Amino acid sequence: MPELPNPELAAAPTAGMNGARAAGEGATVLEAARLVLQRDLTLAFRRRGQLVQPLAFFAIVTTLFPLAISPELARLREVAAGVLWVAALLASLLALEFLFRDDAHDGTLEQYALSGQPLTGLMFAKTAAHWLLTGLPLALMAPLAALSLGAPSASIPGIVASVAIGTIALSLIGSIGAALTLGIRRSGVLLALLTLPLSLPVLIFGARASELAIHGAPYVAPLELLAALAVLGVTLAPLAAAAAVRVSLE
Amino acid sequence: MSWTWFHRLGSPPYIYRLAQRLTPWFAWPAGALIIAALYGGLVLAPPDYLQGDGFRIIYMHAPSAWMSLMVYTTMAVAAAVGLIWRIKVAHAVAASCAPVGASFTLAALVTGSLWGEPMWGTWWEWDPRLTSELILFFLYLGYMGLRGAIEDTQRADRTSAVLAVVGVVNVPIIHYSVSWWNSLHQAPSVMRLGKPALSTTMLAPLLMMLLGFTLFFVAVLLVRLRGEILNRERSASWIREALGT
Repeated sequence: MPELPNPELAAAPTAGMNGARAAGEGATVLEAARLVLQRDLTLAFRRRGQLVQPLAFFAIVTTLFPLAISPELARLREVAAGVLWVAALLASLLALEFLFRDDAHDGTLEQYALSGQPLTGLMFAKTAAHWLLTGLPLALMAPLAALSLGAPSASIPGIVASVAIGTIALSLIGSIGAALTLGIRRSGVLLALLTLPLSLPVLIFGARASELAIHGAPYVAPLELLAALAVLGVTLAPLAAAAAVRVSLE
Repeated sequence: MSWTWFHRLGSPPYIYRLAQRLTPWFAWPAGALIIAALYGGLVLAPPDYLQGDGFRIIYMHAPSAWMSLMVYTTMAVAAAVGLIWRIKVAHAVAASCAPVGASFTLAALVTGSLWGEPMWGTWWEWDPRLTSELILFFLYLGYMGLRGAIEDTQRADRTSAVLAVVGVVNVPIIHYSVSWWNSLHQAPSVMRLGKPALSTTMLAPLLMMLLGFTLFFVAVLLVRLRGEILNRERSASWIREALGT
């Protein structure tokens, strides 16, 4: 196997070696997936600026609404759940661009496809890393945005849970879109056009759960539907993403 | 069991000639049925006791909405066949379906909005069925956008096929989540078509229109398929023969 000529990988020797070892034979799927996950996390933490961008975007978008609608907390509370979820959806869409781009660029994805490991498992690991790096921080930041939009503090557990579970589904759906648009130049708008219609159920149930939480009503039902979407995504999305990656490598 | 008939379906020249021969068999009945249904729907059927003559737009709206879903399903099945058995003609069928389906979806949206203005007093209502139709339109746009963005035909075929299959899994989920969302946010204040049983004089033209639209779709698909095959096989030698040049 040739050396990977990417300076970032060279700067991250252990991460690079782990990636190469994951591609080696003899490893079980779980081991390979764990190594891919570890590699992606290591690489991401060496470029922290990229990690912060979607979060800053999320914060800015939620700031726009009070300026555009009204500074009255009573009015903002009415739309808080919707604003929060649209902002989270757009932020996670923005973060999708980083999911496969660098790996497609330096040939890592090709090595994964040739490794003899099921690509589905490796895609799942990459998506899991992506969620840990974008979805989870978004969920942890959501209370801040919610409080600034007038949501009561009692609603925080519901909001965090809905964003955390919802972004799992969003990352998985997004992985399909990101894999489909691999190799297309200036794919940003197309990625949005492909991903957003498929994300609508997540938006509906996520916003519903947050809204119920803000009103102090039981929010478990939409949360369960969100979890169902996430489970469906876990079972099917990596298959589709792997198929799309294979096509893009042909 | 002999599979030669199946393998012949994968051959572009065979399909090209078959499409050429079959087109009139679908186009003429489609035209006759649509004209007969228009006469039945616009002239023979009595005006609705609640909606007056306004209900007659259903003869365009319902078949268009029905076709928008049927074309999407056809497209996804063709794409899956192309993806699984690597049949190029199946990808050509899927590619030919998309613009037709998008047009039917747009027609359903426009007629629905025209009907909504006198009936609901608004051009647009966030009715679950209108909303899911709109989302279906976006799915078509995404499919065509993805196909247009990739230059290599084979890659465009296989990539968009994955999208079509993913989309067809999602369509029912989107549909149910949208109607669930809607039922929570607003009471069903609008009257619904189809709840009261339609009388035969109203129903017969509708069914004829439905059949006419289906045949029309097949005819258009066959013509588009021929164009698609010609474009894909433009360097093949059988084209000269087929075109008689």
